[in-house]
Amino acid sequence: MPRPFATALREGGFFAAVAFFVILAAFPFYWMVITAFKENSDLYDLSNIPFWFNEMPTLEHIEYLFQQTLFARWLLNSTVIGLCVVAITLVTALPAGYALARMTGRNGEALGIGIFLTYLVPPTLLFLPLSRVITVLGLQDSMWSLVLVYPTFTIPFCTWLLMGFFKAVPREIEEAAIVDGCSIFGAFVKMVLPVSVPAILTVVIFTFTLTLQEFVYALTFISSSAQKTITLGVVTDLVRGDIYFWGELMAGALIAAIPVAIAYNLFLDRFIAGITGGAVK
Amino acid sequence: MVAIAEKSLKRRSRFQFILDRPKVLGPLFVSPAILYVLALVGVPFLLAVYYSVSAYTIYSQSYKFVGLSNFFQIFQSDIFRTTLANTFIFTFGSQILGLVLGKFGALLLLRPFPGRKIVRALIVLPWAVPVALATVAWEWMFDSLYSVINWTLIALGFIDRSDAPNWLGTPHLAMLCVMVVNAWRFFPFAIVIFLAGITAVPQDVIDAATVDGAGFWRRNYQIIVPIIAPIVVVGLIFGTVFTFTDLSIVYLLTMGGPVNATSVLGFEGFQVGILSGDVAHGAAISLVMLPVLLVLVVVMLRFIRRREI
Repeated sequence: MPRPFATALREGGFFAAVAFFVILAAFPFYWMVITAFKENSDLYDLSNIPFWFNEMPTLEHIEYLFQQTLFARWLLNSTVIGLCVVAITLVTALPAGYALARMTGRNGEALGIGIFLTYLVPPTLLFLPLSRVITVLGLQDSMWSLVLVYPTFTIPFCTWLLMGFFKAVPREIEEAAIVDGCSIFGAFVKMVLPVSVPAILTVVIFTFTLTLQEFVYALTFISSSAQKTITLGVVTDLVRGDIYFWGELMAGALIAAIPVAIAYNLFLDRFIAGITGGAVK
Repeated sequence: MVAIAEKSLKRRSRFQFILDRPKVLGPLFVSPAILYVLALVGVPFLLAVYYSVSAYTIYSQSYKFVGLSNFFQIFQSDIFRTTLANTFIFTFGSQILGLVLGKFGALLLLRPFPGRKIVRALIVLPWAVPVALATVAWEWMFDSLYSVINWTLIALGFIDRSDAPNWLGTPHLAMLCVMVVNAWRFFPFAIVIFLAGITAVPQDVIDAATVDGAGFWRRNYQIIVPIIAPIVVVGLIFGTVFTFTDLSIVYLLTMGGPVNATSVLGFEGFQVGILSGDVAHGAAISLVMLPVLLVLVVVMLRFIRRREI
């Protein structure tokens, strides 16, 4: 017996709940977009309805960002830092993940968990001693200090992620190569790495986004504007004293957030598999 | 295969013996990662412990050992005790809120409906976007004069312009704000974790239980919950660790204010150790987080081990 009224009510309730979640999650971003393209006179007029444009949208905030601030420099800094950290992470985490997956047996498992746990050591516990270490190395107030420090959380995370992935690569692939005269190292480079391209890509994307998201170390180590990362620069340099440049702030936040949001969405499922360490099989 | 064999025969060098032994190659492969982490996590950690029992400040860099006096001093400070309480309120408040939102969100997304992919992509945004940037958007929404939340409440006739709340300037409201922003940041993560867990429960197990007469609640609490427990606990511990030690949301939204009402351990450590330069006391404040972290890690280890049996 179909009861159309009850069904319609249930469906309506369902989609209302979905709408609630979407608005909750996405409204601040909608707000960023609206603010980033609004004229100041529109922005700071309380009699206007704030949810849409009451005057023509403008690009003046974005122009200001690129012409009057070091925004382009911050973008460049973040890109350079991200690429360097990706390189360091790949060089260390690829062999480590492989070795932990294949070679050291039960100790490997324990060691893998041990490395993973260092991912949980928070920056707020380490920033004091690390800032002294960086001063000793002469890297204070330099973006290169971040290149040095960021791998401390990307290496553990990516080693763990790659370990899970390498376990799923059948041993027969390497064994065939070894029978054919390859060394184990050769088998790793020639046979395992080529089939691991999706995993390597995931590591690259996540290392990069993790460096873009980091805030605490950047805040602690960097004070001159020219050395700042995009996240730090936007939230600290666009506030002068008590005056907030909301249009510019939101425009900067928006530009920095878009690539990360897209990358995250594309690689979300792999990220979850990494975080839960293959608890789901 | 022949090509590979020939190539590697040609390349045989005197280092070949190293590359052929798993016993040598294994440690060789692991060591760069381990050394990097030891040098830049292990050593600084020990250094932090030492700072906390020394008299080190950036103005007088003395490593003089002062015992536990830094800890006694911080525990006598009212600001620190407020901070400690705040940290627990902030952590539990936002995690519970985040979990509730996460569980309901996951239930909704479990059902296929048109546009589900887009809905999921939008819901994941708070967790994907760098927290500092999203927090600034919230700061703008909580603005004392131009708050869009207040504008809406006034337009709907709930409040007057004269008694509109100053979200970040009133102690209890400010605490609520930092909790909401943190829960907002973590609920997509909770949704995704719940979803990953639920979709991993084999359908035949559920079918078998249904055939054996288990109803909705029994299926839910005696079959699904035990199966997804490990992954949910791992996710929850992640959230708790990062919330408990967080600094960015409080730093950007309230700077610990008004009058320390939202000061948390991570922020106070930064305030004392970096801004004031009193490294010893800053390190002591940060290290107070350690016992809680250890408990969480032990629980996490038990769950990770359990899934392997």
